[in-house]
Amino acid sequence: MLETLHRYGPDLLTGFGLTIFSWLLGTAFGFVLGFLIEIARRFGPRALGYPIRAYVEFIRGTPFLVQLFVLYYGGPLIGLRLDALPAGILGLTIYGSAYFTEILRAGFDAVPLGQIEAARAIGFRNSTIVSRIMVPVMMVSALPALVNFAIILTKETVILSMITVPEIMFQTQTMMSETFAFVTPILILALFFWGFVEAISRIGRRLERRFTHYLIDRS
Amino acid sequence: MFSFQTIIDNLPVLIGSARYTLLISVLGCLEGLILGAVICAAALSHKIWLRRAAALYVSFFRGVPLLIQLLVAYYLLPVIGLNVPALVAAVLTVGFCAAAYLSEVLRGSLNAIPKGQAEAAAAIGMVPLDVWVRILLPQALKIGLPAIVNELILLVKASSLVTVVGIVEITRMSQSIAAATFRPLEIYLAAAFIYLAINLVIAQVGRVLERRLAV
Repeated sequence: MLETLHRYGPDLLTGFGLTIFSWLLGTAFGFVLGFLIEIARRFGPRALGYPIRAYVEFIRGTPFLVQLFVLYYGGPLIGLRLDALPAGILGLTIYGSAYFTEILRAGFDAVPLGQIEAARAIGFRNSTIVSRIMVPVMMVSALPALVNFAIILTKETVILSMITVPEIMFQTQTMMSETFAFVTPILILALFFWGFVEAISRIGRRLERRFTHYLIDRS
Repeated sequence: MFSFQTIIDNLPVLIGSARYTLLISVLGCLEGLILGAVICAAALSHKIWLRRAAALYVSFFRGVPLLIQLLVAYYLLPVIGLNVPALVAAVLTVGFCAAAYLSEVLRGSLNAIPKGQAEAAAAIGMVPLDVWVRILLPQALKIGLPAIVNELILLVKASSLVTVVGIVEITRMSQSIAAATFRPLEIYLAAAFIYLAINLVIAQVGRVLERRLAV
């Protein structure tokens, strides 16, 4: 067992790295794209509403695996020629944006109207109302759902192995097919994900406390 | 050029393969409901080891990606001497995973049922099993209906992962058609829209059911 670990150790480490890397970028870009979409839907022209709704329904109604296939294998037909890793990260970004935008929508809807009216009454500009009142208040209520979805995305990253991104799943599958040992690789996978998810939920809890501590203090 | 002809030619086969998608997700959901009810009962039990076991089950099946669970079932079951057909392994695994999520759904719904009902049922002499089957579960299913429909939609999408154990459902079928026709864009988009159609129908049925059951 030590020998196999020695032999596959570097590959496994690359796999861990790529999984975390694609998760980080996919989540970050997905959040930014989702935020922009929500801003466009909320403050942009009304005509944008329908295409955005269609986009969200399409992404949320189809499997991530099929979306990756469309992007990676279908992309070249319309001139979108991407390597596996960029395609995977783009896929995560698009997939994540649809869910993030819905979470942010609910968050914005939960901002009390009175706060916006109060800000307007004391003469805040519209852009200031959005950046100083709406976004901070929205983040407080949306944060648990955002963290939850970020955790769901960690589990979607293993699907990138299906378009040959050499992340952790891909590496352990290679290891399994070459050594015919199943228990060690699967144990490694399970432990890795357990630790990964635990770490993210701890960071999430800390973030929540940071964002909401003043709420608890006053109650 | 985007070729609609390819889609039209292969649509019947693709839609035909949807029966496996539906079979796996519906059976998986049913299994998840039954097993989920058992796990939920364990999670609410007075015995601490039952509660611990339920918590462990839920954290494992919710924490490990389904793709990994499927591969574990596919590779490990034969090792321990269980040679089940791929379809059975797939349905079972999807159901085990769904059970973890559905047990939490049921737990949430049970919390919404007034405690007095279970106490009243016990007071008129129902045994615990009766209380569960005739009083608590029917109401929990009704309260949890939106979340259960949501889970079914997630399962339809998750069923695309069973391609890895070689079941020819929509995704696997579209892979082979794409390989044969060299038209991946058209075929995968068609597959995506079939999933979308299935999910929209399920969501609509869910809404109708919710309205029917509403008091």
